[in-house]
Amino acid sequence: MSDLESMSDLETLQSEILSAVAAASDEAALEAVRVGALGKKGTVSAKLATLGKMSPEERKTAGAAINVVKDTVTSAIANRRTVLKQIALEARLASETVDVTLPVREPAAATGRIHPISQVMDELAAIFADMGFSIAEGPDVEQDDYNFTKLNFPEGHPAREMHDTFFFNPDENGQRKLLRTHTSPVQVRTMLNQKPPIRVICPGRTYRCDSDQTHTPMFHQVEGLVIDKTAHLGNLKWILEEFCKAFFEVPNVTMRFRPSFFPFTEPSMEVDIQCSRKGGEIRFGEGEDWLEILGCGMVHANVLRNCGIDPDEYQGFAWGMGIDRIAMLKYGMPDLRPFFEADVRWLSHYGFRPLDLPTLAGGLTS
Amino acid sequence: MKFTLSWLKDHLDTSASLEEICEALTKIGLEVESVDDPAAKLKDFIVARVIEAKQHPDADRLRVCMVDTGAKEPVQVVCGAPNARTGMKGVFSPVGTYIPGKDMTLGKGVIRGVESNGMLCSGAEMQLSDDHDGILDLPEDAPVGEIYVEFAKLSDPVIEIGLTPNRPDATGVHGIARDLASAGIGKLKGHAIKPSEGKFPCPVSVTLDFADEDKHLAPAFALRMVRGVTNSTSPEWMQKRLRAIGLRPINALVDITNYVTFDRGRPLHVFDAAKVTGNLVVRRAKDGEKILALDGKTYELASETVVIADDKGVESIAGIMGGEESGCDESTKDVLIESALWDPMNIARSGRDLGIITDARYRFERGIDPAFCVPGAELATHLVMDLCGGEPSELIVAGEVPNPVNRIEFPLGEVERLTGLELPREEKIETLQKLGFTVEGTGNNVAVTVPTWRPDVEGKADLVEEVVRIAGVDRVASVPLARMEATVAKPILTVLQRRTSQARRALAAQGLVEAVNWSFISKDRAEMFGGGKPELALANPIASDLSDMRPSLMPGLVAAVGRNADRGYRDVGLFEVGQIFLGAGERDQRQAAAAVRSGTAKLAGSGRHWAGASKSIDVFDAKTDAMAMLGALGVAAQGMAVVPGGPSWLHPGRSGTLQFGPKNIIGHFGELHPAVLEAFDIDVPVCGFEIILDAVPAPRAKPTKVKPKLDMSEFMALERDFAFIVDRSVNAADILRAAQSAERSLLAGVNVFDIYEGTGIPEGKKSVAISVTLQPREKTLTDAEIEAVAGKIVAEVTKKTGATLRG
Repeated sequence: MSDLESMSDLETLQSEILSAVAAASDEAALEAVRVGALGKKGTVSAKLATLGKMSPEERKTAGAAINVVKDTVTSAIANRRTVLKQIALEARLASETVDVTLPVREPAAATGRIHPISQVMDELAAIFADMGFSIAEGPDVEQDDYNFTKLNFPEGHPAREMHDTFFFNPDENGQRKLLRTHTSPVQVRTMLNQKPPIRVICPGRTYRCDSDQTHTPMFHQVEGLVIDKTAHLGNLKWILEEFCKAFFEVPNVTMRFRPSFFPFTEPSMEVDIQCSRKGGEIRFGEGEDWLEILGCGMVHANVLRNCGIDPDEYQGFAWGMGIDRIAMLKYGMPDLRPFFEADVRWLSHYGFRPLDLPTLAGGLTS
Repeated sequence: MKFTLSWLKDHLDTSASLEEICEALTKIGLEVESVDDPAAKLKDFIVARVIEAKQHPDADRLRVCMVDTGAKEPVQVVCGAPNARTGMKGVFSPVGTYIPGKDMTLGKGVIRGVESNGMLCSGAEMQLSDDHDGILDLPEDAPVGEIYVEFAKLSDPVIEIGLTPNRPDATGVHGIARDLASAGIGKLKGHAIKPSEGKFPCPVSVTLDFADEDKHLAPAFALRMVRGVTNSTSPEWMQKRLRAIGLRPINALVDITNYVTFDRGRPLHVFDAAKVTGNLVVRRAKDGEKILALDGKTYELASETVVIADDKGVESIAGIMGGEESGCDESTKDVLIESALWDPMNIARSGRDLGIITDARYRFERGIDPAFCVPGAELATHLVMDLCGGEPSELIVAGEVPNPVNRIEFPLGEVERLTGLELPREEKIETLQKLGFTVEGTGNNVAVTVPTWRPDVEGKADLVEEVVRIAGVDRVASVPLARMEATVAKPILTVLQRRTSQARRALAAQGLVEAVNWSFISKDRAEMFGGGKPELALANPIASDLSDMRPSLMPGLVAAVGRNADRGYRDVGLFEVGQIFLGAGERDQRQAAAAVRSGTAKLAGSGRHWAGASKSIDVFDAKTDAMAMLGALGVAAQGMAVVPGGPSWLHPGRSGTLQFGPKNIIGHFGELHPAVLEAFDIDVPVCGFEIILDAVPAPRAKPTKVKPKLDMSEFMALERDFAFIVDRSVNAADILRAAQSAERSLLAGVNVFDIYEGTGIPEGKKSVAISVTLQPREKTLTDAEIEAVAGKIVAEVTKKTGATLRG
């Protein structure tokens, strides 16, 4: 066999193998081609086996030529293998495709809700904590003494009657407990148990025997109390203005203090905020209307005395407002009654997301 | 308290506008609740003349009127009133006028082909009377073009103020005028009341018949007869005022008592002397005594109530309401005028007990000016003689008119101390004087004598209020309240407050929705949940299903599930964090957290879904919620035991009790008992938990925030599985505990991964498969060492639970 012949054979062999490599449609076929060419009995291996019978010169030339073929084939197979892997992967991925537009179940953290009353209580805590107020609490089932007498409600006074009190039956000692009609008994308890200076807010459930469109027999109040040696009406005005600005998240509020009457404060005032009611929506910091929001005053000397505080040494002020009411004003619920009906449609709509914890740093409402 | 502007001006000399007066009233604490100004409301209704009224060409009952309204051109109006006629004068309203009686705005109309450009009005259409029968027919001299209410002198605005219970002086127009004059709105008019000279002795005597301890019930009682009166209707001016404030004129004598009540805050009573038998006795009622009162109702009295009686019996309920039998009517010839003083507390209680609210009670229970007792009788005498004629008797006074003198030592600096407002000395003193206080002394400390009409003013702070309310609270400047300590704000929440907030957030993060339910529930539901104690039952519940304080949050939540299910929302998750009541003592009020899930409301979602429908909720959903909340509170699970079973409202076989030792049960979880759901009329499954937050052990107070050192082994952890066959009654917790105790140093975790009962497992047994994680600490374990540990675990579980290793 001439050199030329054998060179031509090699070329034919190489091109046949490369065609077979290119034609291999999967890894198994490619492996068969590899074995057919490079395996022990493969066509390229057979060529290599012929080298042993050749003269050193022939071997040198033919060996180089066959090795070129071997390398070319090896490389072609490797490349083809990479391509086939890629094709196989693409095919697999194509077969694994799903409809990602299918809805997933609503996650728990998205469906859970905090009641507006709880949210507003957290907002109050955030604002007043910054001003150095603690949160004081007390029992709902109260003594007449703490709910009325110590707060300077004389026995039989019409002001007592205005409170529409829920009573329990008298016990064996003739003591008749009641459901607190305001959170003021918590102020009494605080003053009896703590020496001035005092700064507390008292949020909680309160009860009055009254039920109509705008009243429920149970509602929520927050009161504030400051007792020290200098706290005066001007400080009270400042606190209430700062509170309203922070709570309603407006840069300015205009407030109107109207002289009023509460047995436990003297002087006493009711406070209105200026607002607009255009389109049924209440906005603060603008408008011509007035909206009553809270009652307040300087703590009555009799109350201080009843709680063991000398009214000539200490003085202070207190205020109180409805949590449900300020929640309605801020968040726009039109009616009070649904607050206590546990209708999931209302709660989901007016409630707050679990992680929206109000802070001054992050903002009260998100 | 209602009054009209002209009435006020009887007592107040002022040129201030209605608006200025109202603004001042609110500013000084007499809050204006409403102003009804007919002149503003009815300004478009004008006097007009019907030039010609012709029959409508196409309607029998209608007339086409050409109306002269004072404008250049007459206006054509179609009118349906039977009395519309040529030449008459009436009231016309043009197109665009709001018609209060019809609650509509008048539009241009074409009535049966004839154009109509306005309306001729009836009294009812202006809400001035109930007269619907025809249009107003005005006198011939009514001036065309003038506003009708001005012409008819009906333009007196009615002001209603909200009175706080401390201001009896402002229950009369005179007192309101005094307050306004003090605030710089005009000058108070004095009305000297001259006593009438008695022409004869009062023929009826009065005895105050009280034991010594009861004398305060009726300190004084003034009485006078006016004989020979003619009692017809009261004059138009008085009727107009009474009607304006919502009172129905009756006859002159009765109207006079009502008028003085509102004019001076001084209630009076008049008896028809002919209907009084013998003399009058003021005394406590006898139990069971009855009176037919002026409201036409018969009241049965008790001895708490004070009455005025004659020889026949009770003629009047003192300070509250007179009796029908001795009341004055048109036939009254001789009238007895009563002006008395009563004990405010007693009137308040009697009125409440009898359920009678009257203008007299309203004033007496707030405290009447004692000094006006006799002048009140004299004022009434004048009015009676002016309006009804007659001749007065001598005035008799039983008892003694008290003369309370309240002198307050008042350092004028109290105003600055309590309000921060600095005012000149003169302003303070002048304000008090204008309000009727007497001020003595020249320095900073003065003595102030309180006028008899201000029983509410007791001490220094009351005087500060008087000065500041008249000065205007708007003059008090806002002054920042300094921080108590110049530091970053310190935490303020107690452990329980913090846990309450965390519990809410944690439960909401479980997909639950927070409810706020009533603190009171029905008695049978309270009993069903372990409550219903007599000391927690309200004496005066607002409704029978809100009668008892709740012993648990669960009944409120379960009831809410029912209401939502009735609206078609059967898969709901609700929670509440709030107070429950285990007794009436202060410490018996506990803070609890509870949650319920109904239907298929699982943590992962509810209802049908392409990825697989949710199954019905069960006890483990409730347990998961409880554990999630406790975890969020940072409660270490070690030391807390889960004991099977719970209270009677839970399914006995599908409930558990959470406890730190047998004495500290913190709560329960489980599926609701079928009988409870039936009682609530609920047909979806419900599970839930309730934990008493203040029973959960408090976290240990740590001196340092540094966390303990973390020990991470460098050797690979490995897992071994064991399947045990045990009696069905054996608790998984016991198996886990036994496995854990076998080799504490190597065990990093145990878990139950399979429970199986059925084929291959003997009756009454179950297979519990657990996986154990071993964490080598010093070296990799050899097979032999692993086998040894496995052997220990099997031995321990077998010993503790009677288990056999499944083959």
